[in-house]
Amino acid sequence: MERTKGQVGDLPHYLRQVLTIAAKDLRAEIRTREALNASFAFMLVILVLFSFAFDPGNSDVNIQAIAGGLLWLAYSFAAALTLNRSFARELQNDCLDALLASPIPASALFFGKTLANFALLLAMEIVSLGVFAVLYNVRIQAQIWALLLVIVLGTWAMTVMGTMFSALTVNLRLRELMLPVMLYPFLVVPLSAAITLTSDLLNGIPLGGDNILWLKVLAGFDVIFSSLVVILIDTVLVG
Amino acid sequence: MSRAALDAALEIRGVWKYYGDFPALRDIAFNVMPGSTLALLGRNGAGKTTLLRIVAGLSKPSRGSVTIHGANVREESTRRRIGVLGHGISLYDELSAFENLRLFARLYGVANPARRIDEMLERTDLKRVRDGLVREFSRGMRQRLAVARVFLHDPEVLLLDEPFTALDDRAIAVLQALLDDMHRRGRTIVMSTHQLREALEAATHVAMIQRGQIVYAGERRQEMIDDTGWLYRTYGEN
Repeated sequence: MERTKGQVGDLPHYLRQVLTIAAKDLRAEIRTREALNASFAFMLVILVLFSFAFDPGNSDVNIQAIAGGLLWLAYSFAAALTLNRSFARELQNDCLDALLASPIPASALFFGKTLANFALLLAMEIVSLGVFAVLYNVRIQAQIWALLLVIVLGTWAMTVMGTMFSALTVNLRLRELMLPVMLYPFLVVPLSAAITLTSDLLNGIPLGGDNILWLKVLAGFDVIFSSLVVILIDTVLVG
Repeated sequence: MSRAALDAALEIRGVWKYYGDFPALRDIAFNVMPGSTLALLGRNGAGKTTLLRIVAGLSKPSRGSVTIHGANVREESTRRRIGVLGHGISLYDELSAFENLRLFARLYGVANPARRIDEMLERTDLKRVRDGLVREFSRGMRQRLAVARVFLHDPEVLLLDEPFTALDDRAIAVLQALLDDMHRRGRTIVMSTHQLREALEAATHVAMIQRGQIVYAGERRQEMIDDTGWLYRTYGEN
């Protein structure tokens, strides 16, 4: 039977197509640094501004309690800038038409772009995490691996939903506005989970016990929405 | 399915396309046989681009169906057999000529991609700028690279939307030579165009579309070439 739409079919071939798209996006972004510079600068500015607002040096402020929220707000605001560019980049020279006319499943195109966005965001977040630790005087070393796990899962949730909405809003004139308006309500659950887990970890509470439920929620969200996209993406891109 | 439909390179059956309540295409139906070159004619806004986008699988019809060699156009194996040149060049400014063609060679599963890319760069006279970024190319070079991209995977069915519009003389010559080669090798070509004389000279068949409806679909006739206004006077609105 012929493979159609978003079907995965021959997995190695499918993965090669995903990697081809991801490599193309990464190469183009590294050469122009359009989204990279804007998002990273924005992420740092938010962290610096929050540090003025909450004064981490003041012993009356329990910065550990709100640190997770601050970090994920900075991550999610900056992510919108990168994600907006994801499909918008394809409008230049009508490149999206050439990709859709080519024999790759829409889901391979989607996951290729998601993977590139994920790599870019993750790199920015890891660098920003160091800046955050210095600015807010929080200790990240003790739970660094668990923290990275939460960042990976939370970033995948933001990326998969954000790339989906980037595809959905690509032909809208107000896409820069519409993407965050549509995206953030869908991120309430994964962001709540990521914020709770990050705050726990920064307070020295390891993964396990009560907070394991939030980790399951975050992983479950990633799996469910990544699967849902495979079903929906052809309709989103071709109608 | 009729025998003619089974043999057809392209079969369009009862295609309607609505934008809101407006029917951009109304009950379009015709076949294109393998080896034919079809000139899709019509004034601006007649529905040529809408129809070509549906045939290319870039848009879905509101009603009706399109098959290429008997298969749905959205199937991967069908898309591998078609080449599409739209209004844009569909190339990435941030990538080099070679990287752009390598991307599409990988997506189409072209065998011996490096050799095929070099061959296409040679035929479009772009080999000397193989590693140059597309953003540094002149308009003519970009157009020739776009032509190379479309022919890269040696498609069986070519869909060209206003292919000669905005091309410089050199790019027109390159495209014309590649189209002649495709025609000689029995490939099927469908092109919408305003350049009546060039299109009619190259075409074996003509379809004329007017306000979303086909008003003529059949073989090209000599009187169409002798008097390019004949077609519009005979079948079109005044």
